[in-house]
Amino acid sequence: MDLIAGAIRTVASTTLDVLPVAIFLFFFHYVVLERKLANRNRIAFGFCLVVVGLGFFLVGLERGLFPLGRLMAEQLTSVSIEQALGVQVYWSDYYWVYLFGFAVGFGCTFAEPALVAVAMKAQAVSGGAVHPWGLRIAVALGVAIGVALGCLRIVTGTPLHWYIIAAYLVVVLQTAFAPRQIVPLAYDSGGVTTSTVTVPLVTALGLGLSEHVPGRNPLLDGFGLIAFACLFPIMSVLAYAQLSGFIEQRRLRRARHQITGSDIRSEED
Amino acid sequence: MSPVWRLLLGSVKDLVPILLIISVFQVFVLRQPIGDLAALLEGAVFVVIGLTLFVYGLELALFPIGEALAHALARKGSLTWLVLFAFALGFGTTIAEPALIAVAAEAADVAANAGAIAASDESRGDYARGLRITVALSVGVALILGVFRIITGWSLPLMIIGGYVLVMLLTIFSPREIVGIAYDSGGVTTSTVTVPLVTALGVGLASSLEGRNPMTDGFGLIAFASLTPIIFVLGYGMVAAWI
Repeated sequence: MDLIAGAIRTVASTTLDVLPVAIFLFFFHYVVLERKLANRNRIAFGFCLVVVGLGFFLVGLERGLFPLGRLMAEQLTSVSIEQALGVQVYWSDYYWVYLFGFAVGFGCTFAEPALVAVAMKAQAVSGGAVHPWGLRIAVALGVAIGVALGCLRIVTGTPLHWYIIAAYLVVVLQTAFAPRQIVPLAYDSGGVTTSTVTVPLVTALGLGLSEHVPGRNPLLDGFGLIAFACLFPIMSVLAYAQLSGFIEQRRLRRARHQITGSDIRSEED
Repeated sequence: MSPVWRLLLGSVKDLVPILLIISVFQVFVLRQPIGDLAALLEGAVFVVIGLTLFVYGLELALFPIGEALAHALARKGSLTWLVLFAFALGFGTTIAEPALIAVAAEAADVAANAGAIAASDESRGDYARGLRITVALSVGVALILGVFRIITGWSLPLMIIGGYVLVMLLTIFSPREIVGIAYDSGGVTTSTVTVPLVTALGVGLASSLEGRNPMTDGFGLIAFASLTPIIFVLGYGMVAAWI
């Protein structure tokens, strides 16, 4: 089977990829800290698994996820073009593409284990003001909007950096007003959410779109979806923190108001 | 439940939402033949097996050593070794990052198809390797910056905003073909291998320093690691165009 041969070839090259980490960890362990490694067999076995697993993963990507992403992009654009009313296809005719981008962004992010872990930490940091479910929905919505907007950008072929500059400006403004302790977490949430499975699929989607939308060039328009998917969660998390802080404040104020109000009434009695 | 099954379940969970969404679109919207379904399913199975073995191997070997080292070096108090360790950690983990390997190869294909580089396997390999080494260097530098920030307590928002400004300035002067890949590379780097080890370094360092709160000061390293690749890859594009 050529699949097996491909896997073996890939494993050979992945050994080279993993080698730098292994060398540097052993160097620091033996030379800098002057310690001996405990259970060396387990560690050797672990490194073998890393190499083999990486090989399988890359072959699987080549066979499965990359073609799948491109196929979806091709079919979604062809459906959009067929359904267009006139001879001229407008950006609004590609609504299935945007909907698909939104769904993939939301679905992949909401189930992401790294995000679940971050959400728990955020609840502890904020003293309960940030609810884990709320944060997960906020991040997933951010990624979904990011990917959908990124698809719109590829379809229209507008320059990537204008969107990024605008998004940066919004983030800077939000940072000035957001509760301070949530800021580092919000900045990190952008990078954390794009998982090893999502990144190749979304990249393939973007490249596929730029190949099949007339007038687009993969080299100039194809990339950028991942950048959107990382930037928009920062905004949505900062917005969510502001919103929940605002609601919490109003609830406190109302509670205080009720207490003082009843005090006055009891005095009148 | 044994760890292998737990991880296998995790990999399946990673893939299921995507496959579910794609199936819904196939059945209700597209209604077109999906091409070589057997190859796609074979690929999906390979992705699940590969990811499971990869993460299991990481948990057996890399994460315990890496976390122990991060904590030990943070306590040791030698700034030189700490900085060297931070750089090596960023570089090493990024070179081994699966998503970056895949995306760099894809970027090389796109550049070759567009005629930006020669269409031979050799030049494609060179391009992908150059990209990965650039990104790995930038993550190493990001962690050095992050370590300095945790030690000195510099303001994270100010440093991030400074980084944004630099990105904007470089974008004006860099060739248009590199902009998309550069902006994407920031998100690609922070993934399976890098995030747990980098977080361990940040939290370990913040908890071993007096007056630092590991919950708030330990975060922010990832933010640097997703910002510096943009700057470095834009620079790489400028240098490559200039040569």
